[in-house]
Amino acid sequence: MQIKLPFSRRREVTPETWTVCPSCESQIFNRQLERNLRVCPTCGHHFRMGIGQRIELLLDDGSFVEHDAGLESGDPLGFHDQKPYVDRLEASRIKTGLREAAVWGIGTIDGQRVAIGLFDFHFMGGSMGSVVGEKLARCFEAALAERIPVIVVSASGGARMQEGTLSLLQLAKTTAPLTHLDAAGIPFFSILTDPTTGGVLASFASLGDVILAEPKALIGFAGARVASGTVGEDLPEGFQSAESLLEHGFVDDIVPRAELRTTLSRLLRLLPVAPAEDGWQTTGETRGWGPIGVLSGMAERFGTAVSETIGIEVEKPPAREEER
Amino acid sequence: MSEILLGASPPSAEAIESAWRRVQLARHPQRPRTLDLVALIFDDFAELHGDRSFRDDPAIVGGPALLDGKAVMVIGHQKGKDTESNILRNFGSPYPEGFRKAQRLMILADKLGLPLITFLDTAGAFPGPAAEERGQAEAIASSIKLMTGLQVPIVVVIIGEGGSGGALAIGVGDEVLALENATYAVISPEGCAAILWRAPEAAPTAAAAMRMTAADQLELGVIDGVIDEPGEGAHDDHARTATAVKEAILASLGRITRLETEALLTTRYARLRGIGLVRETEIASAQLPREPSLRRRIGRLLRLPGVPRRPRWSEIWPSGEDADNNEEGA
Repeated sequence: MQIKLPFSRRREVTPETWTVCPSCESQIFNRQLERNLRVCPTCGHHFRMGIGQRIELLLDDGSFVEHDAGLESGDPLGFHDQKPYVDRLEASRIKTGLREAAVWGIGTIDGQRVAIGLFDFHFMGGSMGSVVGEKLARCFEAALAERIPVIVVSASGGARMQEGTLSLLQLAKTTAPLTHLDAAGIPFFSILTDPTTGGVLASFASLGDVILAEPKALIGFAGARVASGTVGEDLPEGFQSAESLLEHGFVDDIVPRAELRTTLSRLLRLLPVAPAEDGWQTTGETRGWGPIGVLSGMAERFGTAVSETIGIEVEKPPAREEER
Repeated sequence: MSEILLGASPPSAEAIESAWRRVQLARHPQRPRTLDLVALIFDDFAELHGDRSFRDDPAIVGGPALLDGKAVMVIGHQKGKDTESNILRNFGSPYPEGFRKAQRLMILADKLGLPLITFLDTAGAFPGPAAEERGQAEAIASSIKLMTGLQVPIVVVIIGEGGSGGALAIGVGDEVLALENATYAVISPEGCAAILWRAPEAAPTAAAAMRMTAADQLELGVIDGVIDEPGEGAHDDHARTATAVKEAILASLGRITRLETEALLTTRYARLRGIGLVRETEIASAQLPREPSLRRRIGRLLRLPGVPRRPRWSEIWPSGEDADNNEEGA
């Protein structure tokens, strides 16, 4: 049994304390890797990043509130390949602690309120099925309703095959709200991380008003296995890299992870939400200096119960008028 | 859509046989292609070429046509009939410029208020390096986005293979119809088999598991109607197939042209928003505890025992290892 001394720093010793960089093969202590934002200190290789770390990287401390946290996938096709789909979902839930491959919520970047959607490639390859599509669509719709900018950090193999064409149609479901964002003057920032391919790239991820990519990220339409099977030719090195997309004019810039937050913060200031026209009501939390504002601020501070067991506060939804 | 509770089990031999037969009919070399049907359905058709930027992609054809005397815009994938024409048409797999030509024609339809009719018949968008360099994903994405906002009625008919993003790029509609032996899938059965079964020969099984036949798609709510084919299939009798398709298009147009533009767009949006199976559990939102009490803050500062650290999102969602590199998704 581990003896815990008072006043001592709690240290978690993981079984594997170091990682080999796949790019330069140098050995990196895991703690050093985490401290360096999962970027190799020797060669700058960007390791994949989970949603939790990404939130801590991009958003103001403690500002993130996850929305629609309870959405869960069903098994609409009764899909069974070598394993049933439901078993794959369960395995991914246990592995990542997530309910689905994407999360959306609202937070702030240097005090600027944004709606943000994030993918985790470790959950079934970050693939987009009905629930991921639903979360993204709700993220865009919330940005529209609140008139705040929207950011999506993609990391996905594409549409989820286990939900068949229902996944394919998520391309349209997640793209349709963008037309409304255009009309309303709401900027959309798309961030492509390693890897972003298939249906996610062939929908909203390619349609950001500004598209940023992480260095050397794999970004492409067709997965390597599909492409080499169909084309039947040797595929040139790096044709699906962030650098190739920049060269061919499909991303605006490549931003190293350490600069991503400051870059986003700058862009949020340079590309603000258009002034609301007549008929557009600013909803959102505009809290004034009057007594109501102060009181609601106090209520927010003292009123919520904290569930320490899982470390986060959860809130039940108001009764929905229409059941989907 | 109702929740389908088949209980996940591998598809039966019968289901595999039936699904694979439809896949082969959808790919039948004598099956009527877009230009065959266009010639039989419309009174006049003027093919327009080129994306005004790079080149003309023969894998997508389109132009204005007369349907029972009324002007419409027609766009479709075009496969070849023999090796030579298939090479010219790239086997019906468009490059980005094909989708950009389609977008140009959609914008023209929107400008003139012409209803849009599209025919889907592709194994998928072409995945080669040249297509990537010219922005295949962007071309598909912007085409989908354009269709979701077009202010004219759109009828989509899947006449052969509805292959993934390359099909959806011209396949967002107010009514989506499919011929009886047409298929619609998120990835080709061969691609699905290669990724999930790691064996290309499992393609028939993958076809059944993805439920890609027209009847299955109707049940899933992805399409709105199935058009019966004559005899052994559409390849048997092009003329009768064309008549059936024409009737179905006219019926669809009759329903959707009645809507005002705003209602049309709202209904189209709602149709897309409603696709998929989503379970809503009772958790609405989640966040880290906000400001901790003073006692806690001091406790944490001094690292007193019994005072929990403030949790972090990266501990709640502890993923982040790069161990697996499996390709899941299409």
